[in-house]
Amino acid sequence: MRKKTHYFLLLIVGLVFSMLVACSAADNAANATDPEEDETETETEETTETEETSSEDEDTIKVGILHSLSGTMAISETSVRDSELLAIKEINENGGVLGKQLEPIIEDGASDWPTFAEKAKKLLQQDEVATIFGGWTSASRKAMLPVVEENNGLLWYPVQYEGMEASPNIFYTGAAPNQQIVPAVSWLLENRGTKFFLLGSDYVFPRTANAAIKAQLEAEGGELLAEEYTPLGHTDYNTIIAKIKSEQPEVIFNTLNGDSNVAFFKQLSDAGITSDDITVLSVSVAEEEIKGIGADVIEGHLTSWNYYQTTDTPENEEFVANYKAEYGDDAVTADPIEAGYFGVYLWAKAVEAAGTTDVDAVKEAAKGIEFDAPGGPVKIDGDNQHVYKTVRIGEVRSDGQIDELWNSGEPLKPDPYLEGYDWASELSEALSQ
Amino acid sequence: MQKAIYQSVFNNKVLFTFILLILLLAPLFLSDFRLNLLGKFLAFAILAIGLDLLWGYTGVLSLGHGIFFGLGAYCMAMYLKLEATGGKLPDFMTWSGMQELPLIWLPFQYPIVAIILGILLPAAIAFLLGYLTFRNRINGVYFTILSQALVLVVVTLFIGQQNITGGTSGVTNFETFFGFHVNSSSTQTVIYLITVVVLASVFLGCRKLVKGRLGNVLVGVRDGENRMRFLGYNPSNYKTFVYTLSGGLAGLAGMLFVLQVGIISPTMIGIIPSIEMVLWVALGGRGTLIGPVIGAVFVNAAKTGFSESYPEYWTYFLGALFVIVVVFLPKGLMGLVEMIQERRRKVDVKQSGIKESNIKESSSVEVEKNYS
Repeated sequence: MRKKTHYFLLLIVGLVFSMLVACSAADNAANATDPEEDETETETEETTETEETSSEDEDTIKVGILHSLSGTMAISETSVRDSELLAIKEINENGGVLGKQLEPIIEDGASDWPTFAEKAKKLLQQDEVATIFGGWTSASRKAMLPVVEENNGLLWYPVQYEGMEASPNIFYTGAAPNQQIVPAVSWLLENRGTKFFLLGSDYVFPRTANAAIKAQLEAEGGELLAEEYTPLGHTDYNTIIAKIKSEQPEVIFNTLNGDSNVAFFKQLSDAGITSDDITVLSVSVAEEEIKGIGADVIEGHLTSWNYYQTTDTPENEEFVANYKAEYGDDAVTADPIEAGYFGVYLWAKAVEAAGTTDVDAVKEAAKGIEFDAPGGPVKIDGDNQHVYKTVRIGEVRSDGQIDELWNSGEPLKPDPYLEGYDWASELSEALSQ
Repeated sequence: MQKAIYQSVFNNKVLFTFILLILLLAPLFLSDFRLNLLGKFLAFAILAIGLDLLWGYTGVLSLGHGIFFGLGAYCMAMYLKLEATGGKLPDFMTWSGMQELPLIWLPFQYPIVAIILGILLPAAIAFLLGYLTFRNRINGVYFTILSQALVLVVVTLFIGQQNITGGTSGVTNFETFFGFHVNSSSTQTVIYLITVVVLASVFLGCRKLVKGRLGNVLVGVRDGENRMRFLGYNPSNYKTFVYTLSGGLAGLAGMLFVLQVGIISPTMIGIIPSIEMVLWVALGGRGTLIGPVIGAVFVNAAKTGFSESYPEYWTYFLGALFVIVVVFLPKGLMGLVEMIQERRRKVDVKQSGIKESNIKESSSVEVEKNYS
């Protein structure tokens, strides 16, 4: 009994000790968590002899990376973290920013919105990072928004979203609704039919997106047959598919998010409905998600994004090759992965132009900054801190890649409040108060 | 046995004052961010005390305290949101096509009403639930399952009613509290100090409660409900009372949580957080009051520490910690204190060379057996 007690004591003391070490190590955790960092540093030391590259704090610029690495969103968000780390690595290999190496500090948002707020606060107050790259769901962005505004930080948010927001401290590198949803609806009305069925997960993005779609359908001669929402993570779509069968829409506009897509497409194909019968256009399904859904059940259905792995630009060829070299041949690139990647470059260019990492100076310098991203040229719109992007509608192939059917020809000006559309005036007025 | 630990360590007023003093002085040596985290942990500790009254003393295991925590938190969040929008419609309501403020939100324009409701609403709901279930003698594991199911119902309801509750995103983006800027470091320090004071008063109040006759009755209900009934007590009344009290404390904790974290969403009141709350109590040592406080702070500090240092693997570390503590310290961290004291006493007895030590030792072992 007594010997055992000794053992317990030692164990607990050890645990507490390791925890204390962990806490104190937290401040310079980035080096510990990212072994590649050291590698790149030594590499640069070898190649550039003129530059001083000791890993002193003054010689690095800390940047925060805040995505969900655990929980339900981890499957999507880890690959965005990967692409951001790739961009940081490339920038460091080319001499860094303002002659300094970038030092990524990675935090886990854990698919939990209060945790996103806590970690954003930690990055800005404790680590004093120059900027944060992070977030995926609208809820995580909305949780971080008051924190970055309060601390006058910067956040680069890489995912398409519902619009109706323009925080002075956030740069939105994903698509605004007029760069994804609105052109998709117009294209569908022209090419696939006018009878629409709206299906979405029950949260802010699908609800807001569908409010805009309804107004657009009314203005452009479409017909709304039904509008259905299911909770996030819902997996039984038999009732909804029965409803689809009885309503007989020509187009299903799908704003489901996450796992639900797997269940929905599988059950739709089990019910004998193929892309020849009804076109499903999804706005939250990209190459990464298709891997999970299975290309055989989603083949022939459509997506609307600004970038596909198949997009034909020299930058993309290089990006895909580098990404695969870094993360394995099975890795695929997708729109948010690309947006996360070029977001890092846009920030780096803005910092170079400003000559400092000071947030206000960077924001000022970021206006009109251009970059040749893998998905085509992008440019920051100074008015709303969104990005000019090219819209691309694509069809899923049997190998899980997406073929582009149509593109907007040139990068479209972002319009988060849909001010350029008459039919949206009432909507945007109500939403932008 | 339990009483022995309790008296030797925590009747120790010096220790209590010392801890309180450290907590009160923490703003002097902690950065704003760390202080804010500590404040959050202490808010959790208030909930843990309430849960300990219910589980540790009365023997009712609730896996649904997230609901009461959430109700308190949402009450406070609704007030803060209305204060931030200046009485206008919050943004998520306009998205959902609401034209005017729903009736439920109206009372929350007034901070005092919000604070009172933040405690009374969860307490009232706990009372109703407790009254209906305990009176019908729904006990033990059946009650636990029921409480767990209720969490699911409430979370689904909160997510479904996006126009009223903000859906999955929850309620966030606050500005002022009683006119003070809610995120400024001075306001946060004051809120932290309020949290410390509230925690200390809740702790002292509950200690007084369990040390008195009521505490004995509660333990009686826990260890032999039928015997208590034969003795003329009505256990369901006592259970309902404690359940109501712990619901109110959870609401109080929720309000302090929102003030410091600045956001509440259904992920904070769901099944996983509700189970985590029970883990704080189990890890700290149930039936000790101070144990759950230590447990809440310890577990959350470990969670934050691990996730900051090892963002990729922290969940494994945390899981391992739970397993280790539960396997090796079934009585929680307070069990460890108990063991240390036991050893020390034995050593003392041996050193003084009294031969009766054997008798004493064997009797103490017996008591221990009885307890466990």
